Amino acid sequence: MAEYRKVYGLGAEFGNAGELMHAAEKIRDGGFTKWDVHTPFPVHGMDKAMGLGKSWLSAPVLLGGTVGLLTAVLLTTIPSFGIYPLIVNGKPYDWRTLPAFFPIFFELTVLFSAFTTVFSLLIFNQLPKWYHPVFNWERFKRVTDDGFFLIIESRDPKFSESKTRELLEGMGGQHVTLIHD
Amino acid sequence: MSEAVVSLDTPKELERVPLVTNDRKLSWITESVSDIVESKTPLWWWLGFLITVPIALFGLICIGYQISNGVGVWGENHPNGWAWDITNFVFWIGIGHAGTLISAILFLTRQKWRTSINRASEAMTLFAVICAGIFPGIHVGRVWMAWFLAPVPNANGIWPNFRSPLLWDVFAVSTYFTVSVLFWYVGLVPDLATLRDRAKSRVARYIYGLFALGWRGGNRQWRHYEMAYLILAGLSTPLVLSVHSVVSFDFATSIVPGWHTTIFPPYFVAGAIFGGFAMVLTILIPARLCYPKLDDMFTRQHVDKMTKIILLTGSIVGYAYLMELFIAWYGANQYERAAFWNRAFGWYGWAYFCMMFCNVVSPQIFWSKKMRSNYIVVFIVCQFVNAGMWFERFVIIVTSLAQDFLPSSWGHYSPSWVEIWTFIGTFGIFLSLFLLFMRFLPMIAMSEIKIVTPEADPHHPMHRKEHPATATEGAH
Repeated sequence: MAEYRKVYGLGAEFGNAGELMHAAEKIRDGGFTKWDVHTPFPVHGMDKAMGLGKSWLSAPVLLGGTVGLLTAVLLTTIPSFGIYPLIVNGKPYDWRTLPAFFPIFFELTVLFSAFTTVFSLLIFNQLPKWYHPVFNWERFKRVTDDGFFLIIESRDPKFSESKTRELLEGMGGQHVTLIHD
Repeated sequence: MSEAVVSLDTPKELERVPLVTNDRKLSWITESVSDIVESKTPLWWWLGFLITVPIALFGLICIGYQISNGVGVWGENHPNGWAWDITNFVFWIGIGHAGTLISAILFLTRQKWRTSINRASEAMTLFAVICAGIFPGIHVGRVWMAWFLAPVPNANGIWPNFRSPLLWDVFAVSTYFTVSVLFWYVGLVPDLATLRDRAKSRVARYIYGLFALGWRGGNRQWRHYEMAYLILAGLSTPLVLSVHSVVSFDFATSIVPGWHTTIFPPYFVAGAIFGGFAMVLTILIPARLCYPKLDDMFTRQHVDKMTKIILLTGSIVGYAYLMELFIAWYGANQYERAAFWNRAFGWYGWAYFCMMFCNVVSPQIFWSKKMRSNYIVVFIVCQFVNAGMWFERFVIIVTSLAQDFLPSSWGHYSPSWVEIWTFIGTFGIFLSLFLLFMRFLPMIAMSEIKIVTPEADPHHPMHRKEHPATATEGAH
């Protein structure tokens, strides 16, 4: 490559989920912050190995569900009690009929929560992102098959091209590669 | 009896049958699932598609004919304002429930065997709900006014009646479909990324890549992904139970004898799961036959467990049938008694006994382990269940309407060719969509089934090559 390309980070491949987890524990203890492991499936216990806490994706969902419930309450009560009270077969149509709206309250709460879950997932994960420097690494394709990767970004304050490489190789990382942007 | 000795040995721990048999590697899973999509279209697929598509098209022609001529081309009359249309609607929507049960309820209860069947079952759910959605849309007669169902004031400035179960149904079914699509798509993203990374052609890489959203499998992504999946499963669980309950309210909140019962919601939900599992097996057993490679993922264990669920839910349905009869007698309401007497021995008694045999008697064969492991028997019983569940809805709807309070207003019902072919057409739509799904999307959730292999467990002894001696101590 003749042109100058910015270094994104250093990537290493590990043999299996167990090895990757031990490596992650060491990187966590080494005080790195801008790094991630990439696996074909969610590895049980990896959050702890990386020092990550609980995902708070549930917080926006609570908000979304509440908005859904409120929407349903307004959608049913404003027309039924205000704009256009509908009298069917002489049955009551006042506030005591509120339980008849419960199915709609429930369905809209679920609907809004589900949409909030999916959109929050996209926002939290910064997806869609069709271009990413890691895709420049040829071996990285195996991440969706059976590859286990650890990538440390160059913007990490502890990152040093030579020392980090040594660190990764020392932990049993194979094919340690410099990834360009 | 002198040699009767009490054994003091601790009983051997029962070994779990592995979910993926033959110790398959992760790459084998990727390869064999992706291969279905990537290899050349097999001949049987084209043959199947060439049969299902014309059926689907003819069904659509029938719908077009009905829309242009009005609902008079159906056999419906007074008093049978609902007949095959709503029967088919309830039949299809019920089938969808098995998919959501597998994807959501079995996920929350940590039933790991669900991973190899959840993708295909969820797809089945979506296609079944699409077929279901056709019927309420067209039975309104003037389909161009179907928008009156929407929660907005209609052309006359009248708002819909939010206290009506029919409107609850609109909310329930549309929410169910939307949430099922979201759940299914979230599950698909990592597998679409697999197909993107394996794609040979530029077009395939572009399309799969587009829908894979740039998934990179980072643990910082998986963390939120797993939480999102859990939340969606948690939302879908009460949702699926609510949908068929709401469908049953369409009947239960009316005063028609035979409909006006409190047992309907649980009875409908159990029946939906029952019929849905039969449909899952109906499509997965042939699919497995076409792709022998799937044997190690869709194993005998799966069929065994699903047939047990069919047996359980079938027995619940049987209990509900008997309880309905008991309450009709015990309740001492003469109209209710007459309705049930007519159900069994009236004009449509043959349909009632058909339903009883198919839904209650036929699944009892699954008490035998030998029968559960015989795929031919399983497939045949599933066809009985499919037919039986259709008859159940027909019996509930038509017998109650045809012979209600006043004998002077009784009326026979028989379907017209348009109705029959519209229903057959929905099978064409359902199967065509499923064939397309098999061809273009991974029918087994690769990223999920990989989790249940021993290779995926970071604490598994096989990952400790430096201390082989301590390997037997296991993971703590």
